[in-house]
Amino acid sequence: MIENLKYVVLVLAIMLALVLIAAGLIWLERRMLALWQDRYGPNRVGPFGVLQVTADMIKIFFKEDWIPRFADKKVFVVAPSIVMITILLSFAIVPFSPSIGVVNLNIGILFFLAMSSLGAYSVVLAGWASNNKYSLLGAMRGSAQMISYEVFMGLSLMGVVIMTGSFNMRDIVLAQSRVWFVIPQFVGFVIFFIAGIAEAHRLPFDIPEAESELVAGYHSEYSGMKFGMFFVGEYLGITLISALITTLFFGGWLGFHFLPPIVWFLVKMFGFILVFILLRASLPRLRYDQLMSLGWKVLLPLSLLNILVTGAIVLYLNNR
Amino acid sequence: MFSNLRSIWIVFLHMFHKRETVLYPEEKPYLPPRWRGRIVLTRDPEGEERCVGCYLCAAVCPVDCISLQATEDEHGRRYPEMFRINFSRCIFCGLCEDACPTDAIQLIPDFEMGEYHRQNLVYEKEDLLIDGQGKVQGYNFYKVAGIDVGVKAKGQGANEDKPVDIKKLMP
Amino acid sequence: MNSLFYIAAIIAIIATIRMVTGTNAVHSLLYLIVSLLAVSVIFFLLGAPFIAALEVIIYAGAIMVLFVFVIMMLNTGSTGVKKEHELLKPSTWIGPGIISAILFGEMLYILMRPASHPMTSPVIQPAAVGALLFSKYILIVELAAFLLAAGVIGAYHLGRKEKLSYHRYLKKEEPTT
Repeated sequence: MIENLKYVVLVLAIMLALVLIAAGLIWLERRMLALWQDRYGPNRVGPFGVLQVTADMIKIFFKEDWIPRFADKKVFVVAPSIVMITILLSFAIVPFSPSIGVVNLNIGILFFLAMSSLGAYSVVLAGWASNNKYSLLGAMRGSAQMISYEVFMGLSLMGVVIMTGSFNMRDIVLAQSRVWFVIPQFVGFVIFFIAGIAEAHRLPFDIPEAESELVAGYHSEYSGMKFGMFFVGEYLGITLISALITTLFFGGWLGFHFLPPIVWFLVKMFGFILVFILLRASLPRLRYDQLMSLGWKVLLPLSLLNILVTGAIVLYLNNR
Repeated sequence: MFSNLRSIWIVFLHMFHKRETVLYPEEKPYLPPRWRGRIVLTRDPEGEERCVGCYLCAAVCPVDCISLQATEDEHGRRYPEMFRINFSRCIFCGLCEDACPTDAIQLIPDFEMGEYHRQNLVYEKEDLLIDGQGKVQGYNFYKVAGIDVGVKAKGQGANEDKPVDIKKLMP
Repeated sequence: MNSLFYIAAIIAIIATIRMVTGTNAVHSLLYLIVSLLAVSVIFFLLGAPFIAALEVIIYAGAIMVLFVFVIMMLNTGSTGVKKEHELLKPSTWIGPGIISAILFGEMLYILMRPASHPMTSPVIQPAAVGALLFSKYILIVELAAFLLAAGVIGAYHLGRKEKLSYHRYLKKEEPTT
């Protein structure tokens, strides 16, 4: 009973921490973007503007939650929750440290892929339910982008799986105790990183919500807390992709002994979050057909080749 | 591909650059003397109003934000009895300053005019009139004008000829 | 474990019924997705986590998104709902209903027989599935690969298009016959 209670508290704590990190990222991103663009960013509310997040949250909670008359009400309400639910569920498989983690699933990576493929629904349904041409265009772009990038997101991870011989995330971390997978699986890392940006639809792959073309893309019609869910969901997505890159390619919690494992994990994760923000600060948005041809003509063959070569080398080493 | 990486690197290096932002309320920006900001009505060196109520500023104003009513005192000197500028309309173009024949209306380097109520942006004459001479020092229109309003008699001006006596035949 | 199975099964059945009887195409597809998710939960409970994950990734995640995508593009709106209402007449559903009833009877007959499998089975690891696929069922895997390759080539052929040059100098000469 006490064990169960402890477990529930742990899960709730992880969820709370994740949502807080995602909310804090809103501030972090604005500050970092400002730093890289020679500005200051929000620096008025509280020390260094940290309380800006609180102010934003209060504002977004008290905003009128408007549902357009022309929208499909049920789907319109369901869509934003899908993104939060799928991403928070994906965090269940991430091992934050040897002792902190929600489940130790033997199909860990597959579970993440399943959840990210379900996440595409939030974009599609939000765009469709809004009954607005810009939203629909955003949803079309989003669904096509997410489906096609999921394909080689999964394939790029297979190199790691081949080298570990397991889908389990903890096994994958432990298999990196000698050398991080980023060195033998560099191609897989690059492909996963690009596909991860596209999955989280961040710049330079944010064409589903390209504000210069589509108002705000699939969430044009959303306001109040429903929009807030998309907003926080996007930052949760960044956190998730960063956490996965850390786990799969950079040794997860492994590190030198002077710091506890969870700190190592967080340091690596925030490093990747900063890289995400740096990409946003520096790269222009791709055109839709460029995105598709990059995906299907470059990354897909590359990831297949990666699997082939990795498999061949692993077979050769095992049989020697 | 490499140009992308290069641009990422260049943006990263901007971390160590000086920030361009001026933190405004703590750190005021430098405004040049000819900055076109709040409009004032100035006085001549004798402390009298410069404005002669010629309506040129109201006529030239592209957004019609100036309205005034001219009147005369007992010496025949014209002055505005009412002068009103609606700053919620004003676009600070400075055309009124150009049009003014007596350099009465001037734009000064001040832009901190925020108000919570729009009505407060309508400035009356007592809000506009300042005690100084503004940007044009030592100029008094009536000192060089050919009209006697109690400032100087006719023909007493600096480069002014004596008035012609039209009753005489001699040139 | 058993109660979880029954909950998932009931959800699957209700969602499927709503899928068939629904009039709004997108809502029907959403019910189908829910039913697929419920089926994947059942797979998970039956000790096949690999199949459960693949069910979600491939069916619920990829194929159904394409379905939603197509329906979204067609955007039939109120006319589609009206048409679907007309399709719910007895004359249209009586045929499929009879066939389903026969299948249901068969299923009941199988279930009634005393010798049935126990529901709890050992958890099958993904590696075991892989090993089976590439040893016992290698022929089927190869055939599926052929089919997929044919599909990829066909899609490439259909999607390929001559680059159109609109400038008169760059235009190719019309083939003269």
